[in-house]
Amino acid sequence: MTAHAALDLRDLGLDRGGHILVLRALRELGPGRPLAVTGGHPDLGLQLSVMAREGGHSVTENTGTSPGERKTFTVVAGPALDARARGAARAGSAVHSRDHRGVSDRADERWGVAARGAMVEAGAPRWDFSLDRAEVVWTDDAKKLYAQAAAAQWDPETAIPWDAPITHPPAVEEAVVQVMTYLVENENAALLVPARFLGRIHPHYREVVQLMAIQIADEARHVEVFTRRALLRSSEMALSTAGGQRSLQTLFEETDFVLATMLLSVLGEGSFVDLLRFLHEHGPDEVTRTIADLTARDESRHVAAGMAHVRWAIEQQPQDRGRIRSAIEQRHQALQHTSGLNAEVYDALVLLAAGSFEPEDIARGFDAVQALQRRMLEGRTRRLARLGFSESEAESLAGLHTRNFM
Amino acid sequence: MKRVSSALTLGAVAYDAKVVTIWDGFVQWFASRGLAFDYVLYTNYERQVEGLFLGEHDVSWNSPLAWLQAERLARKLGRTARAIAMRDSDQDLRSAILVRADGPVKSLADLTGRRVAFGASDSPQATILPKLHLAENGVDPDRDITAQLFDVLVGKHGDHIGGERDAVKALLAGSVDAACVLDANVLGFSRDGTVPSGALRTLALTEPYDHCNFTVLDDTRAVDVSRFAELLLSQDYGDPVVRPLMDLEGLKAWRVGRTALYAPLERAIDRFGTIEHWLSEHA
Ligand SMILES: [Fe+2]
Ligand SMILES: [Fe+2]
Repeated sequence: MTAHAALDLRDLGLDRGGHILVLRALRELGPGRPLAVTGGHPDLGLQLSVMAREGGHSVTENTGTSPGERKTFTVVAGPALDARARGAARAGSAVHSRDHRGVSDRADERWGVAARGAMVEAGAPRWDFSLDRAEVVWTDDAKKLYAQAAAAQWDPETAIPWDAPITHPPAVEEAVVQVMTYLVENENAALLVPARFLGRIHPHYREVVQLMAIQIADEARHVEVFTRRALLRSSEMALSTAGGQRSLQTLFEETDFVLATMLLSVLGEGSFVDLLRFLHEHGPDEVTRTIADLTARDESRHVAAGMAHVRWAIEQQPQDRGRIRSAIEQRHQALQHTSGLNAEVYDALVLLAAGSFEPEDIARGFDAVQALQRRMLEGRTRRLARLGFSESEAESLAGLHTRNFM
Repeated sequence: MKRVSSALTLGAVAYDAKVVTIWDGFVQWFASRGLAFDYVLYTNYERQVEGLFLGEHDVSWNSPLAWLQAERLARKLGRTARAIAMRDSDQDLRSAILVRADGPVKSLADLTGRRVAFGASDSPQATILPKLHLAENGVDPDRDITAQLFDVLVGKHGDHIGGERDAVKALLAGSVDAACVLDANVLGFSRDGTVPSGALRTLALTEPYDHCNFTVLDDTRAVDVSRFAELLLSQDYGDPVVRPLMDLEGLKAWRVGRTALYAPLERAIDRFGTIEHWLSEHA
C-alpha cells in the first residue's frame, strides 16, 4: 500500500454493504493512515461520518478532487480499529500432528464454546466447565467411536417389525411388559448420567462431547422402543421397585466422571449387553428379539467408549485404579440392604425364556437366567482384568456389582 | 436531611434496562481505580435536572436539552453549569430529513402543505433541530406543514429510538411525506432492515451538533469530579476489561466536554420557547 491509498465505491452506499469495502481498506492500512474514499452515492458523506463516529475514525471531505456528482473523502482509522485483535489468543490448535493429539492438556475457561483453534478476543467471558483437563475426559478413541456410532444409527420406525405377530400366552406377554418396564428405567438412568456430565465437559474436547451426545441419543431411542414394545398389547407399564431405583440413584449421584463412567458403562452397560443378548436369543416374539439385537449393538459401543475412557484415565493417573476399587466397594455397601434385582423381573426373565408354564420349560428358563448371571459376572471380571486389575481382584470386584445388573 | 453517602454520585435517566448494566459496570470499574462512585436513576430528564440542583447527585448524564435546562437554570440562580466530559460518538451529529426516493418532494419548499413525521416532542435530534432547520430555511413548522409527532417516551428527550423508527415506517407506508431522524439511524434503519435500500432519500441535513455530556454545578466536589473525568478520559478501548462497558455505552473514547456545538439547539429553544415554561416554574 502506498501513502495514497484509495478506494472507489462507485455508486455503492454504506447502506448496502459499502462499509465492508471501507473497513477492509482501513484494516489493510492500519490506524492513522489516510484512505481516500470516492463514490457517487448521494449520502456518502453522511454515511462515512456516521461510520467514523461509531468506529472512532475521522473523516473529512476533500474539495475539488472529483468531477460531477462524485465526491472524495479522507478517512483515517482510529486506534479502536484493531483494538479487538489485541490480546486475542487461539483456543488451542485445530491441527493434529504426530506429536500433538490436537487437544490441549487443559482447556482455558476463556475459550468457552469457541471452536477449537478459533481466535478468541481478549475480554471474552469466562466459562465454568469443571471437566476441563484431558487427563480426566479425553480418550484418543473418541473420534473413531463417534464415527462408528454416527454410521450405526437406526430408525425405530423402520428398523423394527412392529406388526410382527405376537402369539405367546398372555402371562408371557405380562413378563415381557415387566422386563420392558425395568429396561426403560435403566435406559432413563443411562441417558441422564452422561447428560449431566455433558454440560460440564469443556467443548474443547469436542470428540468426547460428540460421542457422549450420540450415546445419549442412543439411549433416547432405547427408551422409546422399550416403551413401545411394552405397550404393544398392554395398556399399562408394570412395576418399578424401590431397590431398582435405589441402585440407579447411586449411579446418578456419582459426581466423578471417571468413576461414573466405570460404574455405568464398564460394569452396568457391560452387563446390560449380556441381558439384551439374552433377550435377543430368548425373546418370545420378533419385535422383542429385533429390539434386543439393535439395542445390544448400541450398548456394545457404549461399553467400548467407557472402557476407552477409563483405560485412558488410568494411564494418565494410575491411582485412579484405587479410586475405582473403593467406588465399587462403596456402592456395594450402599446397596447392601436393598433387595437387588426385583423378584418380578427375575421371574419375568425366567418365564420369558421358558415361553410357557410347563415345568420343563420353566426349568430351562431358570437355567438360562442362571447362565446369564454367570456370563455377566465373567464379562465384568474380564473387563476389569483388561483395565489392569489382578485376576483375583477383578473377580472379587466383579462380584460386588449391583444385583440390579446396571 | 442531607445526603450522607460519600460516593461521587451520578444521575442518569433510565431510558432502557441496559442503563443499570452500564452503570453497575462503571461502579465496579471506578471502585477498582479507587474512586467511590454510585448512581441514581430518574425516569425523565426534568426530574434529573431538578435532582442535580437539589443535590441528590453530583454529576448528571445529560441529554443536550437537559444540559441547556441545567445551564439556563444555573444562570438564573447565579450558579454555573459545566460540561466536563462527553463521548466521541456524541460529537458532530446531524439530523436528516428523509423523503421517499420516488416521491414528489424534491426540495424543502416542496414540503409546504405536507405531513412531516418527527420523533418525541422533546427529542433534539428527531424533532427540535429538524424543526429549526425547516424554520431557518423558510418552512414554518407550525404553519407550513402538518407535523406528526411519534411520541415514544416523552421525558427521555428522544433517547429511545422507537419514535424515529415509527416515523420512518410511516414515511415508507406513505402516511407522511417526510421523516426526521438522527444521521446514524439513516444507516441503522437500513442495516436492520426497517428501510429497504434505495427506498428513501436524504432531502436535507441539519448543521452538526453535539449530544450528551456529563454536567456538574459550580465546583461541586472538585477533587472527585476531576478524578472522575480523568479516569473516564483514560479509558482505552484496547483494554478488554473496560471495552464491554464502552461498547454498551456506545463510544470508542471519551472527550473533554465542549459546549460550542449546542448553539443550534440554543437557537431552537429560543425560537420555539421549548423550555420557557419549565424554566419559569423552576426559578
Ligand atoms: Fe441403552
Ligand atoms: Fe447405553
